[in-house]
Amino acid sequence: MSMLLEVKNLQVAFGTGPAREVAVEDVSFSIPKQGTFALLGESGSGKSVTALSVMRLLSEAARIETGEIRLNGQDLLELPEVQMRGIRGGTIGMIFQEPMMSLNPVMTVGQQICEPLRRHRGLSRKASMARALELLDAVRVPEPQRRIDEYPHQLSGGMKQRVMIAGALAAEPELLIADEPTTALDVTIQAQVLELLRELQRDLGMAMLFITHDLAVAKSMADAVAIMQHGRIVEAESAEAFFENPRHEYSRNLFAALPNISKRGLRLHGNGSDSDGQAVEPASRPSTEPLLEVEDLRIHFPIRRGVFRRVVGHVRAVDGLSFTLREGETFALVGESGCGKTTTGKSLIRLLPVTQGSVHYRGHDLSHCSAHEMAPFRSELQIVFQDPFSSLNPRMVIGDIIAEGMQVLGVAQDTAERRERIEELLLQVGLKPEHQTRYPHEFSGGQRQRIAIARALAVNPRLIVCDEPTSALDVTIQAQILNLLQDLQDRHGLTYLFITHNIAVVSWMAHRIAVMHEGRIVEQGDTVEILQNPQHEYTRTLLSAVPRL
Amino acid sequence: MWVVLLTDFFLYLLLAGVALYVGFVLRTPHLRHAWRSVMTRRGGAVSVVALGFFAAIAILDSLHFHPRLEQPGAQVEYSNEILSVFDVLAGPLRTQVERTYSAPFAYHAHSKETRETPQGRIRVYPRLEYAGAHLADPEQERGWDITVRVLRGALLGAGVWGLLLLGVRLTRRLRGARPRAEGEAAIPWRSVAVTVLLILMLIGIVTQLAGAYHVFGTDKVGEDVLYQTLKSIRTGVLIGTLTTLIMLPFAIALGITAGYYRGWVDDVIQYIYITLNSIPGVLLIAAAILSLHVYLNAHADEYASLAERADLRLLFLCMILGLTSWTGLCRLLRGESLKLREHEYIQAAVAFGVSGPRILMRHILPNVMHIVLITVVLDFSGLVLAEAVLSYVDIGVDPSMNSWGNMINSARLEMSREPPVWWSLTASFVFMFALVLFANLLSDAVRDAFDPRVKR
Repeated sequence: MSMLLEVKNLQVAFGTGPAREVAVEDVSFSIPKQGTFALLGESGSGKSVTALSVMRLLSEAARIETGEIRLNGQDLLELPEVQMRGIRGGTIGMIFQEPMMSLNPVMTVGQQICEPLRRHRGLSRKASMARALELLDAVRVPEPQRRIDEYPHQLSGGMKQRVMIAGALAAEPELLIADEPTTALDVTIQAQVLELLRELQRDLGMAMLFITHDLAVAKSMADAVAIMQHGRIVEAESAEAFFENPRHEYSRNLFAALPNISKRGLRLHGNGSDSDGQAVEPASRPSTEPLLEVEDLRIHFPIRRGVFRRVVGHVRAVDGLSFTLREGETFALVGESGCGKTTTGKSLIRLLPVTQGSVHYRGHDLSHCSAHEMAPFRSELQIVFQDPFSSLNPRMVIGDIIAEGMQVLGVAQDTAERRERIEELLLQVGLKPEHQTRYPHEFSGGQRQRIAIARALAVNPRLIVCDEPTSALDVTIQAQILNLLQDLQDRHGLTYLFITHNIAVVSWMAHRIAVMHEGRIVEQGDTVEILQNPQHEYTRTLLSAVPRL
Repeated sequence: MWVVLLTDFFLYLLLAGVALYVGFVLRTPHLRHAWRSVMTRRGGAVSVVALGFFAAIAILDSLHFHPRLEQPGAQVEYSNEILSVFDVLAGPLRTQVERTYSAPFAYHAHSKETRETPQGRIRVYPRLEYAGAHLADPEQERGWDITVRVLRGALLGAGVWGLLLLGVRLTRRLRGARPRAEGEAAIPWRSVAVTVLLILMLIGIVTQLAGAYHVFGTDKVGEDVLYQTLKSIRTGVLIGTLTTLIMLPFAIALGITAGYYRGWVDDVIQYIYITLNSIPGVLLIAAAILSLHVYLNAHADEYASLAERADLRLLFLCMILGLTSWTGLCRLLRGESLKLREHEYIQAAVAFGVSGPRILMRHILPNVMHIVLITVVLDFSGLVLAEAVLSYVDIGVDPSMNSWGNMINSARLEMSREPPVWWSLTASFVFMFALVLFANLLSDAVRDAFDPRVKR
């Protein structure tokens, strides 16, 4: 079989001298014409660096030390920059992860697609516009006539990714490099984009280098896969054989770390402790006692216009939500971005004002109480955020970060007691006591999330709002954090309001779930029941969009 | 008899503040680490040494006193004149005043004068009173004399440097060098030592030359230009530091308050600085300086000496510059706080019920400090330059006060002479340039060390 792309013994390093760090080491793979090759791996494994090496788009600091990259037999590393420019966007198209960042905000959609057409195909302005329309139609952008003159900010995330794909396909490339093309998208949009990519590949007969961290996405796309770890390919296999029986230990760990419904009640495999994969005996069953009752919750944001900031309308972020949290349970709010789940979580602990409705916590109405009246409940209601990089103050040491809530809320008054408690908390979340004098930037994403959890735990909360606590993390780290949350719930009888878009996490973790759509709960009930027998139309669409292993 | 001028007082206050801060840094491990990493950068270490030299001169020049008058009687009398310790150290630089312009290293005046001789009236370059006066045949001897003095001065400087180095080495050996912690980069002692050597050699050369020549020439009234530029250091440093000192509280407090609270607080603060910004700064400064004039004339008896009046004017200038220049930083800080308040760690603090002022102090302020630091240092250079512009339109520092602005202002006329008198401008330019350059180098190193987003 003739190979379109052959990468042999690629080695890429950042920096020189003693600071030299090898990012990609001895990587070899090849992609046949019209084939799809998936490069799988966790963040920092070198998969994006490999893709950028193929395009020769590496940053200044990085250097390709050895190896060859052959496209149709021609070594790309030996081409002069002028010819390489013809290949980028010409023979090889590329789509990036973040559609918001990859489109120029001051150029219309049409202009962005026309650019490669005029450059690589030498089309006139008029002809390129006509072709752009065809392309937009091909990537299923509705009303391409109107969209072609719009700017990126007028499009939704999925639409932007389609425009990106149209741009990458403009010059009819032989190879499309897709670097995590659906990671920033909702599952339903992801399903559409993946489907679109498959169809386009079939119609145009191009090969694809698909880079992802998501095993299920890789399975739905690829003919062949390679798993990368620490810059090396640890296992390369045909997709069929790989998903049937992963051979390498690391690959098997990846599978074991994935949460799903069949692993409920078992610990996830998270690199490390002996109890991984074993059953856990929950110390406390969730009681039937309601802890938090939400009734007809509405949160509207005013839209202001004009000089006098007149209110001209409202964004109904949350529009009539009712549910009950029982003590000791994990209640999941599931939904796609913009459905109002985070707004709900934040308003419950009064980080956002409630427009209407009531929130009763152990009989006290929190929805409209003043900051002063809220104070006694602050220690009982806590929150863990999504982004571990912005949730810790970079100027404070870990000890101070954890101590802040205790100081304000009067938990552990004297310094010695407080220090003891901080050390205990750090141990509880799997860190070391000596970490308290360090700054957040010295920690990885998973460790930071542990610190954020310790901070919330410090004030002895009963209810923790977990706002997408694992969506910024790799699967093995996600498994560790989920295990940790589960342990803490068992030990302290915590109640979680778990906000997420990740169905797999919910299916493993939650006792009950509520599915949100456009500010309303469309369906709620027992997790297993809803996942296996969804009643509402939207729930069914959502569940069917989730790629499966 | 010691005198403390108003600006001296503020400078001492500033020094006390710096001393307190240094103490605080030494006690706080992470700040110590950050400052250490400033010093491990070559640019940082070198500029700290060089700025230290500038600061030393400014401080020496801020220790003022009335000199005792030499009188035969037993009664001790003090002169009305105010001198500084630096003036005493400068010695011949201050006292050896020629009649008018002379070029650097000249032994005769810059322009010809008419002399009566037995042969009749001739126009000659008259010999200077002090510079080159020790030479019998200046045309032949001068080159050699200067070379010898330069070499002697350089050797002297190197000698002092050698002794210093020996002393440091010995104390280190006696105390036993502290083993460096793991991952701690070395301070580039070699660069520091070379900088110190260069400064010491320059001092040595200047001291050797100063008594015999005017290194940077003399000005219109025959004053040594080198002395003037050195005196101007104090003015420049004061304008740069005092102004920022006055501006910072406004900029920081209003900026982060507006950004964090938003709503009507933000509106009010924005209106204030928009209004202030739309009044031309020069107009405000001119109005302030003129009203100060009126005040001084009305209370002439309270400000007896010329120095005191000039000093008050300098302080006033700093204040009014500070009041007009806080808006830029305020705007920056407001924008940054608007961004920061959405960060999840601020929300986490709100979820703990942490009060607004406490969030401002603990979370917002430390995270905007790098902006403050960078702005302060950039403003420092800007203010030193602004002083020059203001002096140009005669609303800067008092004309009797030595400042680079005044020197550049007078150079306007000097440069149009034929042949041009270029040394005043050159000297002030060189010194101003050095000060601003080292300040910018330091700001770079400080930013790299303190900004957590810069990866080390």
